[in-house]
Amino acid sequence: MSDSDEKNGQSGIITLFFILGFIGSLLLGWIIFPELLYSKKEQPVAFNHALHNEEVANGCESCHFFREDGTFSGVPKLAQCVECHEEPIGVSEAELTFVTDYVAKGREVPWLIYSKQPDMVFFSHAAHVKMGKQDCVTCHGHIGESTSLKPYEENRFTGVSRDIWGGNIAGISMDSWDSMKMSDCDKCHKELTGRQTSVQTQRDACFVCHK
Amino acid sequence: MKIDRRSFLAFGVGGAVGTAITPLPWKLMDDSSIWSQNWPWTPVPLDGAINYQPSVCTLCKGGCGINVRKIDDRPVKIEGLKANPINKGGICLLGLSGLQLLYGEDNRVKSPLKRVGKRGSGKFKKISWQQAITEMVEKLGAIRLKAQSHTLACISETELGTTASLIGRFMTAFGSKNYIRTPSFLDSLEAAILKTTGTSAAQVAFDFENSDYILSFGSGLLEGWGSPVRMFMANSALEDKKGTLAQAEPRLSNTAAKADKWLPVNPGTEADLAFSMCAVIIQKALYNTNFTAAATGLEGFKSFVTANYAPEKIAKSTGIKAEVITRIATSFAKAKNPVAVCGKGSGDTPGSLKESLAIVCLNALVGNINKKGGLWLTSEPDYIKWPEFINDDASTAGLQKNRIDSAQSGKYKDTRFLLNNFADAVLDDYEYPVNALMVYRANPMYTMPDSEKVKKAFEKIPFVMSFSSYMDETALYSDLILPDHVFLERYEDIPFASGYTKPYIGLARPVVDPLFDTMNTGDVIIQIAKRISNSIAGAFPWKDYETCLKETLGSMWAQLESQGFMTDQSYTPPSTVNFTFPDKIADAPAIEGDRGKYLLTLVPVDSIRINCGYIANPPFATKTVDDTVLFENDILVEINPATAKSLGLRDRKKAVLETPKGKASVRVFITDGIMPGVVGMPKGLGHFGYDSYIADKGVNVNALIGSLEDPETGLDAAWGIRAKLSPA
Repeated sequence: MSDSDEKNGQSGIITLFFILGFIGSLLLGWIIFPELLYSKKEQPVAFNHALHNEEVANGCESCHFFREDGTFSGVPKLAQCVECHEEPIGVSEAELTFVTDYVAKGREVPWLIYSKQPDMVFFSHAAHVKMGKQDCVTCHGHIGESTSLKPYEENRFTGVSRDIWGGNIAGISMDSWDSMKMSDCDKCHKELTGRQTSVQTQRDACFVCHK
Repeated sequence: MKIDRRSFLAFGVGGAVGTAITPLPWKLMDDSSIWSQNWPWTPVPLDGAINYQPSVCTLCKGGCGINVRKIDDRPVKIEGLKANPINKGGICLLGLSGLQLLYGEDNRVKSPLKRVGKRGSGKFKKISWQQAITEMVEKLGAIRLKAQSHTLACISETELGTTASLIGRFMTAFGSKNYIRTPSFLDSLEAAILKTTGTSAAQVAFDFENSDYILSFGSGLLEGWGSPVRMFMANSALEDKKGTLAQAEPRLSNTAAKADKWLPVNPGTEADLAFSMCAVIIQKALYNTNFTAAATGLEGFKSFVTANYAPEKIAKSTGIKAEVITRIATSFAKAKNPVAVCGKGSGDTPGSLKESLAIVCLNALVGNINKKGGLWLTSEPDYIKWPEFINDDASTAGLQKNRIDSAQSGKYKDTRFLLNNFADAVLDDYEYPVNALMVYRANPMYTMPDSEKVKKAFEKIPFVMSFSSYMDETALYSDLILPDHVFLERYEDIPFASGYTKPYIGLARPVVDPLFDTMNTGDVIIQIAKRISNSIAGAFPWKDYETCLKETLGSMWAQLESQGFMTDQSYTPPSTVNFTFPDKIADAPAIEGDRGKYLLTLVPVDSIRINCGYIANPPFATKTVDDTVLFENDILVEINPATAKSLGLRDRKKAVLETPKGKASVRVFITDGIMPGVVGMPKGLGHFGYDSYIADKGVNVNALIGSLEDPETGLDAAWGIRAKLSPA
């Protein structure tokens, strides 16, 4: 074997290893990493938003209401559920679990909140819904029409729900409710104010959301 | 063709290039920024509905209304209740820090405990409530069987309110008169009022809000005296209406610093100064003739004070110039609504009868007793009307015996409680031994003078039990602890606010479910009573404490439950008082210690930042203490530059403080705010119970000071002790 053949063979090996490394990292980054990063948890009780939405008079606000002082109640407390579910309604397994494990024992349901922002974010529902006239769907999507709750995916590193970053690991969002990152706040604020700036770029603006 | 180092390098480079076009680095970068801003070990408060519940603070005797801010069921802040007439929305540092006394779990006694190690070793075993109550029933039952009911004693912070009354009733039904309340300046004033007006058990109050001249003899009006928030507000109101505050005190306390006149009187001569002012008022005929005409004994009093307390005569001993005494006395008498007040520091020591009498006489001379802006005599609330009960033979026999503290009989028949005699009585086996002691809302191992003697007395008592919610010093030395709920977890009626003029009942109520396995002491007493004997059970017809409280409060319950308090703001005391001026007054005892050996005088120093009562200062409050009071874990004592120079002491440096009662390592703080020859030592530090955030900070001044028996009342007349200070 000549020197040049040996050289070519050697560069072939190098290229092969380069490609192996390249493809391996792509597989790791795009497929394995997202699987490793999030743990999946089922909600403690199966819940049907669509069914409840048909029964209530005031849409989402029937259960996710604003308190008298203007603060947002978020996920309903057991007391609200008990207003209707003191006794089981129907015979579904989920209903029986709910009444036996939670209503009868007076235990709050440890719901996992898909849209919970990390603690360093301050968000006011009143400012967006009452003053900004935003509807729920803009940020939360069509969860109100869902018949079951998807598994809750928790970032193993930060403990934050996957819905904040969004389902797409590349961070690409098609709809306004696909992700709830600061860039999403920024985008909407720019569009709605018509200015090529947003509240985040104003003086002391960081402290509007990061107290 | 072989795989070599370069192949792996190529793999690495390929991997790096590939990774750069995956989300991995960018996502991890984002995640690390989120992670580092939300450290997982930092607690995040839970979100929920904001709500408020009104209640009453029981951390001191102030009776302030509080409004507890909660997120869902969790108390997160204690605020003052705006509607409450005493504190009108204000709150003190102790009240603000109160949540630490709820949540500070290393300080709380979390379940009934039985001692297993040596006393004071802190070794206890957890027992059930059933076992704990059985233990109490067996111990107390055995005492009754031996016909020794009278050997049960109880120490409590109060005798008022339903819980304390239940304990008092239990003691009587059991057959013991030994219910002993912890002392305060009001005890001595009560004795002075009895001597001058014949009114017994009078509750003395001061109408500061309507006064335009407050003359204080060492009272820490801004240091926690009376109801502290009320006092801050009264002081501000006095400033607003251009009134005068004159403070006679050997040290530049906050009250002295805020006063219009500061009289740096020699410690222990306050009564002489007050009598001297009486002499000036009489001599200049500035007294209120309407009042004195209706009173008796003015002539005798006149000769007594003019002969003994003429300003020129006492100027030297008090350290206040005669012309200053005359000037202050004159302006006091000429004020429209003057009031004189006593009770040194935060007012938790009775002081001598001489001092109380001097203050009462000074008020009487200006005719302000039961008048607007003056000293008021109010009476104890009388809503507790429980049915009489029949004592059995064991109880009747026990009640024949005299009290262990010598109060209510013989020489001190007019004094209701004499806790200062307790330790001696136990150690000297006065008439009979104490076989069992119950401690409710008190921490005598810490708050009583001469801690070493108290400890010895405790060691001699075969059975000590505490109802304390906290692992305080007394709980540590107990055989059994039956922990009460803390003030935010229980119902309790508070029928009294120290020094407040209007009838007032506050209702403390549970704003949170008990965090630990504790029980309301009222319930414990009812349960024990029901099991000891039929006759004792007969005295406790209630199912539980809450039933008892609701029945006792009757028609008042609804308003108390909704508002948190009841008061009659239109109340005025009876305008006529049958007053008799004294014509001789026994001298107060001299403080302990040989002047030759101990060149200095040690006085305790109260501060609004350090609670010195039975509850230890919460860590939040201690955080606010200056490093001239507590430096790291060392206590600083105040001395004048002249004292420092004569003793060769340097600022902030260590020294040894010695009194006839003990020795302590301290640092010195050199300040012009204290007179030469006096050492000021902060009160409320030096706990050895509780957790590491409270314990071992400084020294307990009570360990260095003994008590002194007042010759007429038997109450503790000590205000200090002789001391010496030397470089360490």
